[in-house]
Amino acid sequence: MGRLSNRILMKGNEAIAEAAIRAGCRHYFGYPITPQTEISHYMAKRMRDVGGVFVQAESEIAAISMVYGAAGAGARAMTTSSSPGISLKQEGFSYIAGAELPCVVVNVERCGPGLGGILPAQGDYFQATKGGGHGDYRNLVLAPASVQELYELTVDAFALADRYRVLCLILADGTLGQMMEPVLYREDDAPRPATKDWATTGTKGQRPHNVITSIYIDPEILETHNLKLQAKYAEIERNEVRCETVGLEGADIVVTAFGTPARIVKNVVRMAADEGIRVGLIRPITLWPFPTKIVAEAAERESVKAFLSVELNAGQMVEDVRLAVNGRKPVHFHGRMGGMLPTQREILDTIRAIVRGEGGK
Amino acid sequence: MALVYQRTQGLLDVPFHYCPGCTHGIVHKLVAEVLVELGLLDSTVGVSPVGCTYNNYEYFACDMQQAAHGRAPAVATGIKRVLPDATVFTYQGDGDLAAIGTAEIVHAAARGEKITTIFVNNAIYGMTSGQMAPTTLLGQVTTTSPFGRDAATQGYPINVCEMLATLRGAVYVERVSVTSIKGIRAAKKAIRKAFLVQKKGLGFSLVEVLSTCPTNWGKSPVESLQWVDSAMTAQYPLGVFRGADLEVET
Amino acid sequence: MKSLEIVLAGFGGQGVLSAGRLVAAAGLLEGHEVSWLPSYGPEMRGGTANCHVIVADEPIGSPVLNECDCLVALNGPSLEKFEGMVRPGGWIVLDRTLVPEDPTRADVGVIAIEASQTASAMGNMTFAGVILLGAVSETTGGFRRDSFERALSEILPKSKHGLIPEEMKAFDLGRSAAPK
Repeated sequence: MGRLSNRILMKGNEAIAEAAIRAGCRHYFGYPITPQTEISHYMAKRMRDVGGVFVQAESEIAAISMVYGAAGAGARAMTTSSSPGISLKQEGFSYIAGAELPCVVVNVERCGPGLGGILPAQGDYFQATKGGGHGDYRNLVLAPASVQELYELTVDAFALADRYRVLCLILADGTLGQMMEPVLYREDDAPRPATKDWATTGTKGQRPHNVITSIYIDPEILETHNLKLQAKYAEIERNEVRCETVGLEGADIVVTAFGTPARIVKNVVRMAADEGIRVGLIRPITLWPFPTKIVAEAAERESVKAFLSVELNAGQMVEDVRLAVNGRKPVHFHGRMGGMLPTQREILDTIRAIVRGEGGK
Repeated sequence: MALVYQRTQGLLDVPFHYCPGCTHGIVHKLVAEVLVELGLLDSTVGVSPVGCTYNNYEYFACDMQQAAHGRAPAVATGIKRVLPDATVFTYQGDGDLAAIGTAEIVHAAARGEKITTIFVNNAIYGMTSGQMAPTTLLGQVTTTSPFGRDAATQGYPINVCEMLATLRGAVYVERVSVTSIKGIRAAKKAIRKAFLVQKKGLGFSLVEVLSTCPTNWGKSPVESLQWVDSAMTAQYPLGVFRGADLEVET
Repeated sequence: MKSLEIVLAGFGGQGVLSAGRLVAAAGLLEGHEVSWLPSYGPEMRGGTANCHVIVADEPIGSPVLNECDCLVALNGPSLEKFEGMVRPGGWIVLDRTLVPEDPTRADVGVIAIEASQTASAMGNMTFAGVILLGAVSETTGGFRRDSFERALSEILPKSKHGLIPEEMKAFDLGRSAAPK
């Protein structure tokens, strides 16, 4: 990492790690897996400099359980992994949701199913946004599309996690984790210290004991607990939707994409304009809460003839797009899997086909 | 009138939910008494497991976290790394610690995490109604070994203390039982030593307590105590497996 | 609008990824937007390695290149695999020592330099990439000599700063081999 004037050329994975430290994270627990191991390398070195804790856990399950313990003790804690490792952590995700612990997890996605491959993919959208673990819960899911955004959203994730006492998940992909771009640190990155009077830090003889738990055997109490969680999720849906839109005014076709594919689509928007096709882009930055209203409003636009969702999977976010569009316009899908990235040309071909009324894949 | 006995301040005034003849209550009391006597209660965070003692956070007067099945040592690691001056303990049964949580206990011990584990071994899954545990004895009848545990298909009991004692990070490992007044006193001494080992920052400490499950064993409470003394101690001999020479009282 | 899109490819261990990173760093020092995207795989050494580097005046859309202005090839398979990506009128810069074949493309400029042989004579095989970058700088104008030198001092660990004069000598050899 070279310091080049005020902007620093960093790998995405390094930007995540540095952002966490600047956001006040002093407890990191991880297990090696490609393509995100640079985060562990960075943490192993930097945590010593800043008086923090780096633990290489025996498993992904242990790492997320350590995060549970550390978050419950009041710390800003984080673990990071890639798809197969994130599957293992789903048990911890569910317990953290039930116990309402604030923490940050990063998934630098690779391809599946199974051991799959190490190249970029977005096959974990369902897992990230719809659950993955058991029970009714939500994670706040952020989807960066550049190294600068990896940095900023990781910082923001700690504040969001503290504010709502939820797990905040950064859903990146192998391309973003591995690539380098300039990063500009923001002033005053550390979120304000949150008051955590619920944390288990020892009673000091000053208060009744605190308990961190997700088990409520009494059904009425458990339903009440669930209703409280749902009310919190509804508040997040009202307050925290983030989305970038490009060229929706007068657009013929609206493309939805997040992460790396959204970057590719930005080039396609220019190529399409050259041949007179007006393409708009909706790039969700929060995948949950999903920008349903923004997609729905785009569907109301007279100029918009159809939607196209471009993803690195077999069609996952497109289901949320369809729910938002609600039958008002046709919704097409263009996806690649296995670590393959769509070329600008092939996306443009799909858009041309839609314009001709032939539909996408 | 002189006060000769008082409920420990380490336990809240809540009735236990444990079955008649179960020895969890005794072990809870010993842990709570030791924490109070050492002046550690106010700075202690305990971790409850999954199993019959899943909700012992309702009993202990210190701060508590409830962990996923088997993950208590990892949760305790997270707590201790945030609060190095706190006393952190896990309270785990044999299914939690020696089956689903084997990796977590082995690695917490190997790292020499400065935490204390109270391992209650009653050779059976109690809460889920009497299934075979990793510590079930050969020939022992359970709901999932209805013809007696058969080594040919169900393998052998795990001796946790002996296994963990091979790890350098596990500096104090002892097995006790609570079937007699003498045994209970010895158990309390062991639990005290385990917490002192932690207080002195020496490493990981574990006390295994041979315990009863009259309900799922199909025995009376008295028969159960006798079975611990005869059958269980034959498989799981009492004694110190690591740290016999450690001097922690000074 | 200034823009340079470049693909660098060779064997793992030849310094292809580092060379690309230097281009990105030089571009950043000149105040441009840059991106560097490596191929990543389980092979740590000896496998194939390539990276996509973009230096531009505007925010960079896709960091993934489907076409490029310039291909730097440090082995035969890389030339064969990537020469089709070069835009007509673009450049292929290749290490003649390791790439005996000529490109099949007739619509691009070709600069062939005995880079590995020269680097070997200079006593440091990783200079091969630097020599080729000198030619890229001279031909495309995508980044300047002085910013490349600064990028070296920013990126190389202090212990290797003694190498910078030699690195620049290699860079200049490449510049002089490029057509004016």
